Amino acid sequence: MRVALFVTCLVDQFYPNVAEAMIAVCNRLGVYVDFPEVQTCCGQPAFNSGYVDAARSSALTLLNAFSDYDYVISPSGSCTGMIHHYFAKLFDDNIVRREMAQDLACKTYEFSQFIVNVLGVTDLHAAFPYRVTYHPSCHASRLLGIRDEPLRLLEKVRGIELVELEHQEDCCGFGGTFAVKMADISAAMVSEKVEHVEATGAQVLVGTDMGCLMNIGGRLQREQKAVRVLHLAQLLAEGLLQSSSPKPEVAR
Amino acid sequence: MTTSSESLDLQDRARRALEDDFLRTAVRFTTDRLKTTRKTATEQLGRWEDWRERGRQIRAHTVSHLDHYLGLFATNARKAGARVHFAADAADAERVVLDIAKQQAAILVAKSKSMVTEEIHLNRHLEEHGIEVVETDLGEYIIQLAGEAPSHIIIPAIHKTREQIRELFAADGAEDLTTDTKALTAYARKRLRETFLQADIGITGCNFAIAESGSVVLFTNEGNGRMVSTLPKTHIVLMGMERIIPTLADLDVMANLLPRSATGQKLTTYMSIVTGPRKLEEQDGPDDLHIVILDNGRSRQLGDPEFQEILHCIRCGACLNVCPVYRHIGGHSYGSVYPGPIGAVLTPLLQEGPEFEELPYASSLCGACHEACPVKIPLHDMLAALRRRQVERGRGTRGERMAFRGFQMAFSNARRYRGTLRMARMAQAVFGIREGRIDAQFGALRGWTATRAAPALADKSFRERYASLEQDVAIGSSASGTVQTSGADGQLTVGKTEVNRDE
Ligand code: SF4
Repeated sequence: MRVALFVTCLVDQFYPNVAEAMIAVCNRLGVYVDFPEVQTCCGQPAFNSGYVDAARSSALTLLNAFSDYDYVISPSGSCTGMIHHYFAKLFDDNIVRREMAQDLACKTYEFSQFIVNVLGVTDLHAAFPYRVTYHPSCHASRLLGIRDEPLRLLEKVRGIELVELEHQEDCCGFGGTFAVKMADISAAMVSEKVEHVEATGAQVLVGTDMGCLMNIGGRLQREQKAVRVLHLAQLLAEGLLQSSSPKPEVAR
Repeated sequence: MTTSSESLDLQDRARRALEDDFLRTAVRFTTDRLKTTRKTATEQLGRWEDWRERGRQIRAHTVSHLDHYLGLFATNARKAGARVHFAADAADAERVVLDIAKQQAAILVAKSKSMVTEEIHLNRHLEEHGIEVVETDLGEYIIQLAGEAPSHIIIPAIHKTREQIRELFAADGAEDLTTDTKALTAYARKRLRETFLQADIGITGCNFAIAESGSVVLFTNEGNGRMVSTLPKTHIVLMGMERIIPTLADLDVMANLLPRSATGQKLTTYMSIVTGPRKLEEQDGPDDLHIVILDNGRSRQLGDPEFQEILHCIRCGACLNVCPVYRHIGGHSYGSVYPGPIGAVLTPLLQEGPEFEELPYASSLCGACHEACPVKIPLHDMLAALRRRQVERGRGTRGERMAFRGFQMAFSNARRYRGTLRMARMAQAVFGIREGRIDAQFGALRGWTATRAAPALADKSFRERYASLEQDVAIGSSASGTVQTSGADGQLTVGKTEVNRDE
């Protein structure tokens, strides 16, 4: 099984720890993660703003990066959703590329999907003794169809106290360029999200998309709230370090 | 299709709405309640996804054969004794209605709720010709008293609190009114009864038009639709040309989808099926029934692979109730007759003009609208497609065009991407970085940093760190045998560690 990481531009440039955490978790499960350097971005920021040509040129770097792999894993439900739903359309006028896009969509998984649905693992023997609430990102749940994979992983974590986020299905107000273009509306949305996070009394907010977490986290910071914001992979990787279960020995 | 506050742009209107606590409280309260009741009503029915798919199929079939079904409907409606008029645009429809009103020497019109009449600003037009128009749906009556337009396609006065309604009724002459629902509705009922009995003409919309029988179907909850369509001597129906369904059997599906999605009701309280005017042997009903079928930009969507589906809409309002943007800014901020996600797509399609160009951007593309839509219209995709259309027409702002030209340059090649971001990393120092975050509020960042901290670019990107990353597994593992499933006991073997497998 050859597994490659689609790091996403946001994680690459702002949150490299998230990618490293993903790799740590995969390593624990005996999976080596490759990183083909020619990748840049799925093109979603441009696509959602109507700049389709710009989106296509950066999407093309992904087609080229991952053609040789069995699986592609990504820390973002949103970027994975972009590949699944729009890549084939984006390359509709070129049969070779369209097929590459379809192939890529079939083998690209968001992190929790890969662990739960491909590797078939839900219990990582991790420990994380904190009160945690989970925000299901819109694109991860609605576009990509992730329902309970992250929760199934979280439920197995030792010592964790999971609290449900009220109005969890409401968008946090990120929406890419929306957050800047319609800044006031976006601000109202993220403020309400932060109110709901606070109401849970959680010490940690966890999610599967750094765009949303950057937005909610940025607001939490501005309001000086002491809530840690973690990507699911970060929480699990930290949990692996905290757990006393033996490190798996990997057959070479 | 604009409403009153057209001089301001969408963001100004939104800002004003965001400062209006009454509005936000009222909208939140009602949309929350409707979200819950919709959820219950769809779960109770069971197999909701199958119902949605059936609904989508019926709408898709009808709209793709709209010429046939419209013809069939018109023929059958005429056979039943109705007069059918086709109106190409708003002016056409207004002319037809005014001609009928003049023939009847009408001075008072009673109306039940109809978004199409809002779309063509019918009330204003009739009033300009000296004809009094009274809205008889409670919500519409409230906003008529307030001199406003509806802010929701199902609940026109959703933005009003009880106290505001009491004040409006008091100004209208009600004495000693409390904010009790019973008291408020009793007052409206008393006032409206008089109208029903005196009106020369009743005007209604149309929820569905059945092609096989030429019938018009009205869903109401207050019974006013029934009064308006039976008491006055003349009944005029205004309908969008896409309201058609082929058969009565299809109504079975729609009668489940629409109320459950709109208000969480199993069925609408009153469902009237009007087939022609009163027959000789019948007691109730108008002497004349006119059906005005409006195009007004709809037929332009036919055959458009991206937008034809917008004609599938059954105007349930579910997309408004789940929309997080609508939740915060209410309906009037959109500045269009149709607000919310459906409005943001429909308005610029029906009517082109610079005042509606911002509408497709009033969405975070979260997809809640698509998920709630009983006929599965991909509104979020259409919003993105409308943005693309704007860009193709050269309407993007200069800053935005430059930004995405830069994006295209830098992101189409990993080497350039790396170089560009290395430069950005050096440049970001001007914003002042503290503990990995940026709070400075100027330049392109302001929209973000005015209300939230922004992260700084990491000192080293992941791609720069990857080479020195140690992975304690062999390259290419687990290609052969490091991850094995031993089906029987449900355990996954990872190296020598046994990892519990779910299920
Ligand atoms: S687009 Fe769908 S959800 Fe919105 S009003 Fe129309 S039918 Fe209802």
